[in-house]
Amino acid sequence: MRLIPNRAWAATLLFTAFALLPLIAVWLDDIYLIVIATRILAYAIAALALDLILGYGGMVSFGHAAYLGIGAYSVAILSRAGITDLGLHLLAAICAAAVFALVTGAISLRTRGIYFIMITLAFAQMAYFFFVSLSAYGGDDGVTLAARSTVFGQPLLESDTALYYTGLALLVGLYLLAVAITRSRFGRVLTGTRENPVRMQAIGFSPFRYQLTAFVISGCMASVAGVMLANQTSFVSPAFMDWHRSGELVVMVVFGGIGNLLGAIAGATIALLLEEWLAILTEHWQILFGLILVLVVLYSRDGLTGFFRRRL
Amino acid sequence: MTSLFLIQFLNGVQFGILLFLIAAGLTLVFGIMDFVNLAHGVIYMVGAYLAVTFSQLTGSYGLGLLLTLPATLLVGLVLELLVFRKLYDRPHLDQVLATFGLVMIISEGVEVIWGSAPLSVRMPELLSGSVPLIGPLRYPVFRLVVIGAGLATAVALWLIITRTRIGMRLRAGATNRAMVSALGVDIRSLFTIIFAFGAMLAGFAGAMVAPILTVDPGMGESVLILAFVVIVIGGIGSVKGAFAGALLVGLVDTMGRSFGPIILRSFLDPSAAGQTGRVLAPMLVYILMAVILSVRPAGLFGARS
Repeated sequence: MRLIPNRAWAATLLFTAFALLPLIAVWLDDIYLIVIATRILAYAIAALALDLILGYGGMVSFGHAAYLGIGAYSVAILSRAGITDLGLHLLAAICAAAVFALVTGAISLRTRGIYFIMITLAFAQMAYFFFVSLSAYGGDDGVTLAARSTVFGQPLLESDTALYYTGLALLVGLYLLAVAITRSRFGRVLTGTRENPVRMQAIGFSPFRYQLTAFVISGCMASVAGVMLANQTSFVSPAFMDWHRSGELVVMVVFGGIGNLLGAIAGATIALLLEEWLAILTEHWQILFGLILVLVVLYSRDGLTGFFRRRL
Repeated sequence: MTSLFLIQFLNGVQFGILLFLIAAGLTLVFGIMDFVNLAHGVIYMVGAYLAVTFSQLTGSYGLGLLLTLPATLLVGLVLELLVFRKLYDRPHLDQVLATFGLVMIISEGVEVIWGSAPLSVRMPELLSGSVPLIGPLRYPVFRLVVIGAGLATAVALWLIITRTRIGMRLRAGATNRAMVSALGVDIRSLFTIIFAFGAMLAGFAGAMVAPILTVDPGMGESVLILAFVVIVIGGIGSVKGAFAGALLVGLVDTMGRSFGPIILRSFLDPSAAGQTGRVLAPMLVYILMAVILSVRPAGLFGARS
C-alpha cells in the first residue's frame, strides 16, 4: 500500500512518455513507430482488462481474445450497415461483450482452477468458429474496412496520430476506472474472493456475484481494445480471436507483473516490442519468443507470479 | 437418408476414437499430476509429421507408424525431464505459460523442419480399398482400421489401469498423491512414465490420421481444444469419462455438420437453414459442453471439480 504514491508517479511518467511518442516519431521521421505504438495501446487496454480479473480476482481466463474479436466485428458489422460513429461502435462492442461475458462467465465460474482455464479457452474457440462460419463477413478471410470510425460525423481518425491519441485517451480513462474499481469496496471484496472464497462467503458475500461482475467488466474493457485494433488495421478477421492471441494476453499480464494494472500496460509494451525486435532478427521469431517464455517461467524463483508478487 | 446416417455415424465414431487417443493422455496428466499441458496438441502434430518422414524413409506406412511410437515416447520423455518436471509444484498459471511457450517453439520448429505446405502419406495398398456395408453402400477399410485400433487401445488402457500394478499406482496417485508417495512409491518416475505414455498415445493418433487428413502445422491446435472439451465433459482424470466424452463430441460434431441444416430445413426456408446450420454446427460441441457443465459442473464421470 505504501507504494501507491509511487504508482501514481510511475503512471504519470508512463503516460507522459506515451503522449510524447508521436513527437519523437516525427523527429525520427518514422511513421511506423506510431503504427506499432497504436497496437501497443490496444493490447495494453486488453491486458489491463485481463489483469483486473486475473490479478485481482484470481481468474485465469485463457479466452480473452474473444473480446478483441467481438469489439473488432462490432466495427465491421456496424460500418457495413452504414453506422460509422466511434461512440456507437464502442457502445455496440461493450453491449455485445457484456452479453457474451455474462453467459460464458456464468457457466465458467461454476468451476475452478484447470476447468476454468479450459472452459474459457473453449468458449473463445466457439466465438472463433462463429465468425469463421459468418460468410457474409468474409468467413475465414475476414473483411477489409472501407474507412475508420468517424467522430461527430467527421473522419477525424483517418490521421494515424489522431487515432493514436484516441487510443491513449481510452487507455488512460480505462486505467483510472480500473484503479477506482480495485480501490472500491467492490474491488476489496473481489480480492478477498481470490484469497479465500470460503471465508468471504462466511462473512456474507457471494463470491460468484462479485466474480461474475468483474468478469463482465473485464470483457467490456477488452472489447474496447478490439474496436481500437480494427481501426488501426482497417481489417477484421477471426484471427483476432485465435487462442494464441489469448495466450499472448496472459503472457503480457505476467511479463508486467500480475495484480498491478500498470504492469499490464508495461507488459503489453515489453511483449510487443520483443516480438518486433525478434521478428527483425529472424522470420521464425516464435521459437525465440517461446524459448524466452519457457526460460523465464522455469528459472525465476517460485515462477513469475511469486517473483513479481514479492516485489510489489 | 439411412445410408448417409450410417456413414456419418461411422465417421463420427472414427473422429471420436481419434479424440479419445489424444484426450486419454491429457486426462491422466490432469487427473494425477494436476497439470495443464497445452503442448499435448503439438505432440499429436509431431506424431503425424514423424509418420510422414518415417514412411518416406522406410517406404512403408506400417514401419513408419511403428517407428513413430518410440519416437514420440522419446519426445515425451525429453519434454518431461527438461520442462514439465520443474512445473508440477507451480501454480496453474505458470504451467499454462511454460507449455504455451513450448507450443510456440514446437509449431514454429515443425515449420522450419518440414515447411508450412501440407504433406500427405500414401495409404498402404492393403488398406486402401473399401468394404460393402449394406446394399450399394461402401466404407473405406482404413477408417474401419482406425476405429478398430482405437478401440483396441481403449481396451488395453482399461486393462492396464484396472489389472496391473502400475495401473493400481496410477489410480492411487489420482486419489491421493501425497499418501501414495508416503507409502514408498516413487511418484516422480510414475509421472515420467505417464507423461511419456500420454505423448506416445497422441503421437499414435497423429500417425493414424496422417493418411486420411493433410498433415499441416495447424492440425494440433483445433484438436487440442476439442480434447479439452472432451475432458471437461467426461470429468478430469477419468479415462472412462474421456472415452464417453470423446465419442459424444465426435458424433455430435460430425452429425451436427451434416444433419443440422437438414433438420433446420423442416422449419426454415432452405437458404436460411443452410446459413444457420453452417454457423451453428461448429458451435454445437461447445453448447453441449455448456449444457453438461450447468447440470454437472464436475463432468459426466468426474468426482471433483
